[in-house]
Amino acid sequence: MGKQFIKGCEAIAEAAIRAGCTFYAGYPITPQNEIPEYMSARMPDLGRTFIQGESEIASISMLYGASAVGARVMTSSSGPGMALKAEGISYLASADLPAVIVNVSRSGPGMGKISPAQTDYWFSVKASGHGGYKTMVFAPANVQEAVNLTYEAFDYADRDRNPVIVLADGIIGAMMESVSLPEFKTVFPDKSGWVADGCEAREPRIIKNSAVDNETWEKYKISRAGMYESWRKNDVRVEEYLVEDAEFILTGYGTCARIAKTAVRELRAEGMKVGLIRPITLQPFPYESYRRLDPARVRAILDVEMSIPVQMIEDVQLGVCNKIPVFPLGRDGGFTPLHQDIITEMKRISAGQGGE
Amino acid sequence: MQKIYAKPESLNKVSSPYCPGCLHGVAQKLMAQALDSLGLREKSIIVMGVGCVSLGRTYFNMDMVPAAHGRAPAVATGVKRIRPDRFVFTYQGDGDLAAIGTSEIIHCANRGENITTLFINNATYGMTGGQMAPTTLVGQTSTTTPAGRDPKTTGYPLKMAEIIATLEAPAYVARFALNSPANILKAAKGIETAFRMQVENKGFSFVELLSNCPTNWHMKPLDALATIEKNMIPYYPLGEFKVRK
Ligand SMILES: Cc1ncc(C[n+]2csc(CCOP(=O)(O)OP(=O)(O)O)c2C)c(N)n1
Ligand code: SF4
Repeated sequence: MGKQFIKGCEAIAEAAIRAGCTFYAGYPITPQNEIPEYMSARMPDLGRTFIQGESEIASISMLYGASAVGARVMTSSSGPGMALKAEGISYLASADLPAVIVNVSRSGPGMGKISPAQTDYWFSVKASGHGGYKTMVFAPANVQEAVNLTYEAFDYADRDRNPVIVLADGIIGAMMESVSLPEFKTVFPDKSGWVADGCEAREPRIIKNSAVDNETWEKYKISRAGMYESWRKNDVRVEEYLVEDAEFILTGYGTCARIAKTAVRELRAEGMKVGLIRPITLQPFPYESYRRLDPARVRAILDVEMSIPVQMIEDVQLGVCNKIPVFPLGRDGGFTPLHQDIITEMKRISAGQGGE
Repeated sequence: MQKIYAKPESLNKVSSPYCPGCLHGVAQKLMAQALDSLGLREKSIIVMGVGCVSLGRTYFNMDMVPAAHGRAPAVATGVKRIRPDRFVFTYQGDGDLAAIGTSEIIHCANRGENITTLFINNATYGMTGGQMAPTTLVGQTSTTTPAGRDPKTTGYPLKMAEIIATLEAPAYVARFALNSPANILKAAKGIETAFRMQVENKGFSFVELLSNCPTNWHMKPLDALATIEKNMIPYYPLGEFKVRK
C-alpha cells in the first residue's frame, strides 16, 4: 500500500479503525480534537459507533459497556480529561475489560497549557487510576510509530483483557508525516467465552469488578501481578542506538527521543561517544537496557523530557541502580528541548559540570 | 395440583440479601416478572448501579454488567449501541442516579438511548449508612442532616421523574410507589409498559419507584410503608408523566 501524508491524530484514528475499533466515545479537548472529529466522520459510514460523550467520565464508562459485550473500543483525551477517565480506567482494569486509551499529552497540572508536553508520565505509568493496577503504556516517537502502536494496542488489550494506554505528546498528534497505513484487520479474538451479552443457551455471567470474599480477590490480584511480571519478560520494547561503545547516554521517549537522536549523530560527528536509549513501552519499562550499561565505561546519562520536573528519570535511576549519574534536561510550558541545548548540556556533563 | 404462584425465572433461587421490610426485593420481583412475561430474560443485560441495588447481584438470573457509582446509564449506552438486539436496563438508587450520576442519566435520557432505567428512590443512602440523598425530604433526619434536611443549605429534594419528563427524547417516564398492594400492581404495569417501549424501539424509558429503608429510617417495616404514604407521595406525585404512543 502507498504512503499517505497525514496528521498524527488522524493517523491514530485511522489506525484504530483499521485495527477493528467498532466503538469510540470521547469528549473534546485540545490537542486531540482531530481524533473525535475524524471518528465522527468515518465510523458511521462503516456501520460503527461514534459518541460524543457528555464528559470524559461518561465516555470511558460507555467504553466499559461496549467492551463488556465484546466490542473493540477506544477513547482519547489529554491531561484534564485523562484525570476524569481515571475512574473508568481503573474499573476497566478491575473488570478485565480490554480498551485502548490515547493520551495526546499537554502540560499540566490543572488546566495547564494546551501546548505539547510530556507531563503525564507518572500519571500514565504509575497510577492512571486508583487501586494499584498496571496497564501497558506505549510511547510513539513519530506518526508511523503512533499508527503501528495504536494498531497493535488493540491486540494487547484483548490478549490481556486489560486497558492499554498510548501516550503520544501533542507534537506527534499535530505533526504531519508520510506513513503507510496497515491493512484492515479481519481476524479477531473470540470473546464468546466471557462477554456478558445475553445468556441465551448458556449460564448467566457477571462482569466481575469486585469479589465477595477476600480469598477470591487476593487470588485475582496475584494473577494480575503475574501478568504484569510477564510483560517485563516478554513485551518490553526499546530502541538502543549506538549504545555499544557509548561513554554517554541520552535517554528520552516520544518527541524528545527523536530530538536526542539528532544530538547523538552530531556529537558522534564531533568524536564524542554518545548513544541513545529510547523506551517504546513505558510500561513495561526497559530497566534492563539501563542495568546492562557498564559503569566502568558509561560516565553519565542525560534524560531529556518535555516536563519540569522530569519524570521518567526515576525509572532510569532505578535501572542503573545509582551506579551511573543521571542528569535531567527538562523543558516545559510548550517549549521543546532543541538538539543544540542537548549538545551543550552533554558537553558540560562531559566536562564535569553537569547538573550545575 | 395447579401451580398458582412461582418465583420468576429471572430471579435466582437464593435467599434475599436485603434487610427485613426493605422494598428493594419487591422492586426486583416486579422487574423479574415483567422480564418473564415478555420473554426477555435470555436477551437481557442488567447494568447494575452502586448501593443497596447491587446487593441484588446474586439475585438476577441473567447477564450483568456492574457499573461504577452513577455511571450505569453511560455503561448501558455502550452495551446497547453495540448490541441493539439485546434488552438493556439499569437499576439505580437515588444517590447513584440523582447525585453522582445526574449527568449520565440526563444525557442518556436526552440522547433517547433505547434502554430502560429503574430508579429506586428511598430518600437516603442505604448502603453507606443513611446519609442525606438528593431525594431526602425537607426536615428528614439522616446521618449527615442530624437536625433534619434544611433547604437553606441543602436545597430541595430532586424530582427526577419530572426532570426527565421535560426532555424531548424519552418515550416513557413514570413514578410509582411500592407501599401497598394497589400501588405495587400499578408499578408492575408501569414497569412492563416501560420495558415494552424498549422492545418496540421507542426509546428511553424511566420508572421511578418510591421505596423505603427501614434500617436507616430507624422504623419498623409497617411504619416505613406509612411514611411513604404520608411523607413521600405528597411531595413525589405518582403517575405517568410521559407516554409515547
Ligand atoms: C465514587 C464513589 N463514591 C462513593 C461510593 C460509596 N457509596 C457506595 S453506595 C453509596 C450510596 C448509594 O445510595 P443510593 O444510590 O441511594 O442506593 P441505596 O443504597 O439507598 O439503595 C455510596 C455513596 C462509591 N462506591 N463510589
Ligand atoms: S440498608 Fe436500607 S435500602 Fe439497604 S437493604 Fe437495608 S433497608 Fe434496604
